[in-house]
Amino acid sequence: MFGDYSIGDLGSIFVMQGFAGLILFSVYVLMALGLAIIFGQMGVINMAHGEFMILGAYVTWLTSSAFQHYLPALFPGYFFLAMVLAFMASGALGMLVEWGLIRHLYKRPLDTLLATWGLSLILQQTYRSVFGAREVGVELPQWMLGSKQITDTIEVPINGIFVMCLTVLITIVVAYVMYKSRWGRQVRAVVQNRIMAGAVGINTEKVDRYTFGLGCGIAGVAGSAFTMIGSTGPTSGQLYIVDTFLVVVFGGAASLIGTIASAFSISQTQSTLEFFMSGSMAKVLTLLAIVGILMLRPQGLFALKVRK
Amino acid sequence: MIINSRFFNRSELIGFVALAALLFVILPLSLDVFRLNLVAKYLTYAFVGIGLVLCWGYGGILSLGQGVFFGLGGYCMAMFLKLEASSPENTKIQSTPGIPDFMDWNQITSLPLFWQPFHSLTLTILAIILVPGLFALIIGTAMFKRRVGGTYFAIITQAVAAILTILIVGQQGYTGGINGMTDLRTLKGWDIRPDHAKVMLYFFEVFLLFGCILLAQFIRLTKLGRILVAMREQEDRVRFSGYSVANFKIFAFCMAAIFAAIGGAMFALNVGFMSPSFVGIVPSIEMVIYTAVGGRMSIFGAVWGSLLVNFAKTGLSESFPQLWLFGLGGLFIAVVLAFPNGLSGIWADHVQPRIDRLMTWRKPKPAKAWTDSSVADGAPAE
Repeated sequence: MFGDYSIGDLGSIFVMQGFAGLILFSVYVLMALGLAIIFGQMGVINMAHGEFMILGAYVTWLTSSAFQHYLPALFPGYFFLAMVLAFMASGALGMLVEWGLIRHLYKRPLDTLLATWGLSLILQQTYRSVFGAREVGVELPQWMLGSKQITDTIEVPINGIFVMCLTVLITIVVAYVMYKSRWGRQVRAVVQNRIMAGAVGINTEKVDRYTFGLGCGIAGVAGSAFTMIGSTGPTSGQLYIVDTFLVVVFGGAASLIGTIASAFSISQTQSTLEFFMSGSMAKVLTLLAIVGILMLRPQGLFALKVRK
Repeated sequence: MIINSRFFNRSELIGFVALAALLFVILPLSLDVFRLNLVAKYLTYAFVGIGLVLCWGYGGILSLGQGVFFGLGGYCMAMFLKLEASSPENTKIQSTPGIPDFMDWNQITSLPLFWQPFHSLTLTILAIILVPGLFALIIGTAMFKRRVGGTYFAIITQAVAAILTILIVGQQGYTGGINGMTDLRTLKGWDIRPDHAKVMLYFFEVFLLFGCILLAQFIRLTKLGRILVAMREQEDRVRFSGYSVANFKIFAFCMAAIFAAIGGAMFALNVGFMSPSFVGIVPSIEMVIYTAVGGRMSIFGAVWGSLLVNFAKTGLSESFPQLWLFGLGGLFIAVVLAFPNGLSGIWADHVQPRIDRLMTWRKPKPAKAWTDSSVADGAPAE
C-alpha cells in the first residue's frame, strides 16, 4: 500500500493525517479524562457520558447562535464563553444525576451501567424533542478557519491547532487539580481507602458528587471541541462512547498519563490507517488491535498498582 | 416429557404450564398470522434472555455483546437461505448468475470461500451452533483465564459488538452491508413466506424454546448451577475450594452464546431477513433489558420479559413514537433502582406468598422451600 508514494510524500501524509488525528485525539482525551476520573474514582461506568458531551455541543451551538443574533461584534470570541457555559451545564447536570441516580448504586457497578444507559436514552430523546432530529452545525469565527502552510506539502488547519492547545491546557489544569490542590488530595484519598478517608473527616459523598460533576463538565468541554469536527445530532454521543471506554480501559483506569497515551495512540492509528483504506476497515483494525492487546494485558498500558 | 417434582418445584411447574398454555394454545388461537409472526419475532429474543439468565443472573457475567452471537446465528441461517434463493435460475439477469444479488451489485464474480459450506443445511445447522460457540470460547478463554470480569468484560463485549457491526456494514460485497440479507424465500424448497408456513415456523420455534428452557433448567439444577451461583457470590472462596472458576465462566458464556445464536437463526427464518441493526451495541443492551425486566434470576421471566417489553415497544412506538425512548429509558432506571429481580421478583415477593397462603390455609406455617431467589437477594456482588 505504500508503493505508489515517494518517501517525501509519505512523510507529508503521515504529518497531515497525524494532525487530523490530533483533533480526534483532543475529543478522545477530553471525553476520556472525564470518564477516567469517574471510573477511576468511583468505579462507576457512565454510559451517558456521550450525552453529557453532546449537551456541551448543543450549548456551544446555542451560544454561537445567540452571539450571531445579538452580539455580532463579539462573535470571534464566543467560543471561550461557550466552553465555560458547556462546562457548567454538563457539570450541573452531572451533579444532579449523581444525586438522583448514581449514589444509590455505588455497590452495584453493573447496574450503574444499565441505569446510565437508560439515562442516555432519555437524554437523547430530550435532545430530539428540544433541538429536533436534524444535526446542527456551529459556524466557526473567521480566525479559526483556513489552514497554515508549514512546508510546500504540509498544511495544518488552524482550528486543529486551537483545539490542541485547548486540550493541553485543560489536561494541565486537571492534572494540577488532581495532584496539587487540596480537593484533589481528598479525591485521591477516597480512591485509595474510602473508609479511612471518611474517618479522617473527608466528606466522601461530597467528594463523589463534585468528582462526578467535574468529569461530566470536562465532557461538556469535549462537546465544544467536538463541534469543530462534526455536526451535532441527538445520537452523536453514542458513537463515541465505546471508543472512549476503550481509551480509558486501554490506558489503564485511574492513570492520567495512561489515558493520554492511549488516546494518542488510538487516534493516530485510526487516522493514519484511514488514509490507506476505507474508514470502516481502519476503525475495525484499530478496535481489533485494542481488544487484542487488552486480552494480553487486561490491566491496560499504565496500571496503577493497588492492593485489592 | 418427564416432569417430576424434583425437576420443577410447584410454583415453577405452574409457571411452565402457564407459559406452555399461552404459547401453544392461547396466542395461536387469539392472534392473526401477522401478530403471531410478531410474537415469533419477540420470542427469538427470549432465547437470548434464557442464555443471559444463565450467564448474567446465575454466573454474574454481564455480556453486552449478545447481539454478536444473535447476529452470527442469524447470518449463518440467512446465508443458507440466501444461497438457496439465488439459484442460477432465479438470478439469470445478473452478470454472474448463481451468487447472491448483493455480491453481483458489488462486482464480485465468484462465491467467496467462507460461503461455500452454507450450501448444505447440515453444515449450516452445525455452523449456527459452532461458530458462535467457538467465538465465545475464544473471547471467554482470553478474558476469564486472566481474571477479567465485571465491568471490563462488559466493555470488551460491547467493543466486539461494535467491531462486528462495522465489519458487516463495511464489507458490503460479502455480507449485504447495511441492508443485510433480504429476500429470503425457501428452506429446502419449502416456501417460508406464506401464512401457513409462518404458523408452522412459530410452533417449531416454540418447541425449540421449550427445549432450551428445559436444558437451562437442567443446568440450573445440577451442581454446575450451584457452582455458578456460588461463584457469583464469593468467587475467591470457590477458587480456593479447588474449582476452576474460569472454566465455569467460559461454559456459562458459551451456553449463553449458543442460545442467542439459536434465537438469531429463528429470527432469520421467521422474519425473512437479517441485518446488522440486530447485531450492534443498542440491540445487545436491549436484550439485556428484556432479561432484566423479566427477572435476571428467572428462566420463565426472561420469556415473559421479551414478550411484554416488545409488545409495549410495538404498541408505544406505533402510537407515540417519541414516548418510546423515554419509556424504555425510564424502564431501565426503574428496574435497576427499584426492582433488581424484575417481574419474577415482584411475583415471588408479592403474588406468590398470597397464592401460597390461599392454597395452604390449613397448614399453620408452611415450610419455606429453598429456592434460588431466596439466596439471590439483591444484585450480584462484584
